[in-house]
Amino acid sequence: MRELSYAEAIREALRQEMQRDERVFIIGEDVGVYGGAFGVTLGLVEEFGEERVIDTPISELGIAGAITGAALTGMRPVGEIMFMDFTTLAMEQLVNQAAKIRFMFGGKAKVPFVLRTPAGSGTGAAAQHSQSLENWFVHVPGLKVVMPSTPYDAKGLLIASIRDDNPVIFIEHKLLYKVKGPVPEEPYTIPLGTAEVKREGRDLTIIATSIMVQRSLEAAQQLAEEGIEVEVIDPRTLKPLDKEPLIRSVMKTGRVLIVHEACKTGGYGGELAAVIAESEAFDYLDAPIIRLAGRDMPISYNRTLEYHTVPQVENIVQAARDLARGRM
Amino acid sequence: MTLSEAKKRELLRQMYTIRAFEEKAEQLYAMGKIHGTMHLSIGMEASAVGSIAALRPDDLILSTHRGHGHCIAKGADLRLMMAEFMGKETGYCRGRGGSMHIADVEGGNLGANGVVGGGIPIAVGVGLSLKMQKRDQIILCFFGDGAANLGPFHEALNMAAIWKLPVVFVCENNQYAMSFSVKKAFPIERISDRAAAYGMPGVTVDGNDLMAVYEAVSQAVKRARSGEGPTLIENVTYRWRGHSKSDANRYRTREEIEAWKQKCPIKRFRARLIEEGILTEEEADRIEQEAYAAVDAAVAFAETSPEPALETIEEGVYA
Ligand SMILES: Cc1ncc(C[n+]2csc(CCOP(=O)(O)OP(=O)(O)O)c2C)c(N)n1
Ligand SMILES: [Mg+2]
Repeated sequence: MRELSYAEAIREALRQEMQRDERVFIIGEDVGVYGGAFGVTLGLVEEFGEERVIDTPISELGIAGAITGAALTGMRPVGEIMFMDFTTLAMEQLVNQAAKIRFMFGGKAKVPFVLRTPAGSGTGAAAQHSQSLENWFVHVPGLKVVMPSTPYDAKGLLIASIRDDNPVIFIEHKLLYKVKGPVPEEPYTIPLGTAEVKREGRDLTIIATSIMVQRSLEAAQQLAEEGIEVEVIDPRTLKPLDKEPLIRSVMKTGRVLIVHEACKTGGYGGELAAVIAESEAFDYLDAPIIRLAGRDMPISYNRTLEYHTVPQVENIVQAARDLARGRM
Repeated sequence: MTLSEAKKRELLRQMYTIRAFEEKAEQLYAMGKIHGTMHLSIGMEASAVGSIAALRPDDLILSTHRGHGHCIAKGADLRLMMAEFMGKETGYCRGRGGSMHIADVEGGNLGANGVVGGGIPIAVGVGLSLKMQKRDQIILCFFGDGAANLGPFHEALNMAAIWKLPVVFVCENNQYAMSFSVKKAFPIERISDRAAAYGMPGVTVDGNDLMAVYEAVSQAVKRARSGEGPTLIENVTYRWRGHSKSDANRYRTREEIEAWKQKCPIKRFRARLIEEGILTEEEADRIEQEAYAAVDAAVAFAETSPEPALETIEEGVYA
C-alpha cells in the first residue's frame, strides 16, 4: 500500500472531507498560507480558498466559539488550536458550551465539530508548548476524545470525527507528524470507540496511547528477542472507550502495563486501571496493574531533562520486563 | 526627560549588544548548539531599548516570546542568558526555560512568555501589588500586535484602568502575528486606538526611532508613577527574520523585508549620535565591536558550563 506521513494522512482526510461536504471548513491561527505551525494544512487554502480555510487572529476562545456556533447552525467546522497548551484559553466554550448544548437543550440541537490540536513533548519547546492535557477533556461528558497513533488511524479517525454529530477533540502528536505508514487513497472511517490490538502476545498486555503506542511496539520487539511476548493495544479513542478488547487481553495475559505521556497523577492511566480492576479481568490478574507515565512535573527545555520526564522505549522495556518476570 | 551623552552612548551599546546576541544565537542554533525554537527581534531593538531606558533600574518588566532585547536592555548578564539558551545549569532558569521563558527576576524582568498575551493579565496583578504595598515602582508590560486580539488583553487593560494601576502597556506592532498581518487582524489603523475604550491614553510611535519611543514611554511612566493610571503605547516596527525557526516567509515579499531593513533602528540612532557630535565613526565602531566581543565571552562561558544533573530533575516544581 502507498505510504503517507501522519501529517499527510491528516491533510488528505481534511481534503477529501472538504471535497465531499461543502459544510466542512477549517479555521485556526496560521492555517492558510503558513500551513499551520506543523505544516498540516499546507496547500489547502490554495485548493479551497480563504472562505473555507480561515486564518484567525490569536483568539483561542474565539475559535472555540466560532466552531461551536457554526456547528450549531448547520456547518461542520474543523478548528485548529496551534498547541494543545493553548486549549486552556478555549476551555470555557468547549467545556461549558459545546459539550453541554445538546443535553441542556433536551437533544434538540447538535454541535458537530472537530477541534484538532497537537500535544506532547520532544521538540525542546519547554513547559508551555509540550503538554498532554487529554484527560481534561476526557472528564467532560458531551465531548469525544480521539488520539491516533499511526497515519492509517489518523486518516480514518479524522474522517469519522468530521462525520460524527458531536464535538470531537482530536489530539495529534508533534513527533508523529513525520512518521510514515500505509494509508489507502480512498476515504475510509474507523468508528470512534474501537480499540485495536497493534501486536499480539501472551505474556503481558501493554495499553498505550498516541506516541506511546509506537514506543511500546518498539519495546515489544526488543522483548520478543528475550522471549517475552507482549500484546500492545491502542484504545485510539479515549472517549468513548472500547473496553472489551482491553479486558479480554488482560484475561489472556494476566498482566497489564499502561503507558502514556501525560503526567501520571490524574492521567488517563488511572481510568484504564480502574476499568480493568472493575471488570471480570480482575480475577485473572497475576500482578498489580502498573502505570508508566510522565513525571508529575512540567517539561524542561534542557534536552536530557525533557527526555527523562516522559516514558521512553527503554523505560517501557524495563517496566514490561519486570512485570513479566514477576518483579513487580 | 533629556538623556545625557553617556546614556545615549549606552543605549547604542545596548542595541548593538542585542543585535550581536541574536545573530550569535541564530548561528548557534544553525550549528545545533541551541535547540527548540527561538524568536528573534532583529530590527526591533529601538522598541526594547527606548522603552526600558525610560524606566528606573528598580522598575519591573514583563516580556514576551520575542524577549531577548527586553532582557538585555533590562540589564541581564549575557553569560547567564547564553547559558540558558544552551540549556545549562548556570543559565537564568537553570536550563529549564530556554529562550522562550527567560527571566531575570532579581533584575526586574518577570519573564518572557510562551503564551501570547500571557503576561498582560499578570501586569494587572503586579500593578495592584505595587500599589497595595505603596511601592514607588511601575511595571512595563511588553506584548505583540497579535496579543492585542486575545480576550485577556481587554480584561487586563480595563482592570488596570479602573484601578489606576502603575502599568505601562507597550504593544510592539511588528506588522505580523506569525503569518497574519495586522491589516487582516485589525479593523482599525492604530492598535493604540483601543486605549480609548478603557479610558486611558493611547499613543502610536515610530518604534524604530529610539528617541521617540523613549519620550512616549517616559510620559507614560510619569503618569503611572504619579498614580494617574496606565497608558497604551504602540511601537510600530518590523521583524526582519522569520517568526521562529519554522517560518518559510510565505506571507510577505522580499521587497517588503528589504524596505524595512532600510529603516534599521540601530543605524538610525548611530547616525543621530554622530550628527549630534556625541560620537565619532570610530567610537561607534568600537562600541559595536565591544558588543560582539561581549557576546563571544558569553558563549565561552555557556559552552564550558555544566548541564543540569539528572538527579535534580524533579527540583523546583513546588516552593
Ligand atoms: C495563546 C497562544 N496562541 C498561539 C501561540 C503561537 N504563537 C506564538 S507567537 C505567535 C504570534 C505572536 O504574534 P505577536 O503577538 O504579534 O508577536 P510577534 O511574534 O510578532 O512578536 C503565535 C500565534 C501562542 N504562543 N500562544
Ligand atoms: Mg507581531
